[in-house]
Amino acid sequence: MSLADKTAHELRDLLLAKEIKAAEILEAVLRRIRAVESKIHAYLTLNEEQARDEAKRIDELLAKGESLPPLAGIPIAVKDNLSTAGIRTTCASKILENYIPPYDATVVELLKKNRLILCGKTNLDEFGMGSSTENSGWFVTRNPWDPEAVPGGSSGGAAAAVSAGGTILALGSDTGGSIRLPAAYCGVVGLKPTYGRVSRYGLIAYASSLDQIGPLTKDVTDCALLLQIIAGYDRRDSTSVNYPVPDYESEMKKSVRGLRIGLVREYLAEGLSEPVRAAVANAVAVFKELGAEVVEISLPYTEYALAAYYIIASAEASSNLARYDGVRYGHRAGKEVSDAVELMLKTRREGFGAEVKRRIMVGTYVLSAGYYDAYYLKAQQVRTLIREDFKRAFQKCDLILTPTAPNTAFKIGAKTDDPLEMYLTDIYAVTANLAGIPALSIPGGFDRGMPIGIQLLGPAFQEAILLRAAYGFEQATDFHRKRPNLKLTLGISH
Amino acid sequence: MNLTQANIEEIARLARLELSEAEEEEFTRQLNRILGFMERLNRVDTTGVEPTAHVVPLFNVFRPDQTEPSLDPEAVLANAPERDGNFFKVPKVLED
Repeated sequence: MSLADKTAHELRDLLLAKEIKAAEILEAVLRRIRAVESKIHAYLTLNEEQARDEAKRIDELLAKGESLPPLAGIPIAVKDNLSTAGIRTTCASKILENYIPPYDATVVELLKKNRLILCGKTNLDEFGMGSSTENSGWFVTRNPWDPEAVPGGSSGGAAAAVSAGGTILALGSDTGGSIRLPAAYCGVVGLKPTYGRVSRYGLIAYASSLDQIGPLTKDVTDCALLLQIIAGYDRRDSTSVNYPVPDYESEMKKSVRGLRIGLVREYLAEGLSEPVRAAVANAVAVFKELGAEVVEISLPYTEYALAAYYIIASAEASSNLARYDGVRYGHRAGKEVSDAVELMLKTRREGFGAEVKRRIMVGTYVLSAGYYDAYYLKAQQVRTLIREDFKRAFQKCDLILTPTAPNTAFKIGAKTDDPLEMYLTDIYAVTANLAGIPALSIPGGFDRGMPIGIQLLGPAFQEAILLRAAYGFEQATDFHRKRPNLKLTLGISH
Repeated sequence: MNLTQANIEEIARLARLELSEAEEEEFTRQLNRILGFMERLNRVDTTGVEPTAHVVPLFNVFRPDQTEPSLDPEAVLANAPERDGNFFKVPKVLED
């Protein structure tokens, strides 16, 4: 087994035992990237040279017997909407084709401080707008379990890279399922933390009241270790919350016995594929076996969540993306332009892809005079009702178990002609963003060789409960140990 | 509500997006469908429900009024499509 297929905590133990070097881990990952990248297309930018320098420095420090932070020397990839000083950051948009941030996102700063090794920037749906990574301005990322299928989105590059061994860890962002959906489709663990738990400073904004950064990893332990590094208050993000950060690894190991797990009556009704329903039933059985108590709950406003989500997200996007005007950075339309307004019109026409334009149009419309109350205000009121749904539910249970998505990964091109059909993929995901609560997707089964994701939702700032339930589930199952057979799916040996 | 192609042109103008004829036709069709889906919210009685703009109960986050170093102008202007000294340069905004 290549080092590229190991988890961060396994590699950490090997590093501390001096059985391997950081440089060997990095080389194994870079070899894997070279082997799979022409088929998977997970990366937009690689950071090989700097990564090699950093691995060498870490090996020198370890040789001197210095004590380093827990994940020092572990390769990590970050989604290309996280600002990296001196490294091109495009959001997979032509409008930021040549943009080089002058500063690091807070999470990137924290990775550096903890001596993780940044191996590159991963592909996404342009500005995070999509559920399949087909909306990238550069190329489509493919699912390592089946290269004809999408990896999910918008953090599709990150999930595909983790799944294929093209990195050990990754950071993505989640506005309406963008960490959890690709995690589910690629058979990895993905966490959207509570809104305010992780600083958004340096995350290029899509919908500011919904966006949150989180880990994509091979197992729950890695997820806990990475969350530990990125969680916490940051004065540069005025929406980050100064709330104590527990020790996630020790919290995670507490028993599942006695936890009350809520099953949502409405979610198991329509639109759910039979294999996903079976995976949920299996998860329920596993949790019961582990001593958890299962209770039925109701989230009646969920059927309105997607409509409210797309109104709010599009409204915030139309406002956030107004900054791309060709004036200060990014793409600028050609020199034949005669005045400033024409410059903006042409720059935005050339720079944005179809889905981004579509959401800017929807957002502009729902915020426009005469329609604001009917759409935007209404959506914000429904958002309140959805938050109250969860408040009521969490009086009866400690966490909620749902599918992450109604299906396994669909084929590339299957939903590109119908934006609304694509939006429905996120039906179980968007409520967590609207309510601001944490949500975790873990591997929970397979359908004809494709991974199925199970989602756990918890009260605000209770990530530890989700990790604890997920860790218990992992101890009792082996879905998380399965890796795509790259020889079979991609025809490559490694 | 049924959006016409003229409505789409107007929204695009507000959003500073220049659309092709084909895009206008496509967006007219798609936005009508998307907004139609959104209209299911009209089935919800929201009388007296406070809107949620933000889930975190934070108000007036201040920092001490102290000067701190900011980004180096050179680093910031390095991304400028066109510059003139320490200014961003654009085509003229006002008529002569």
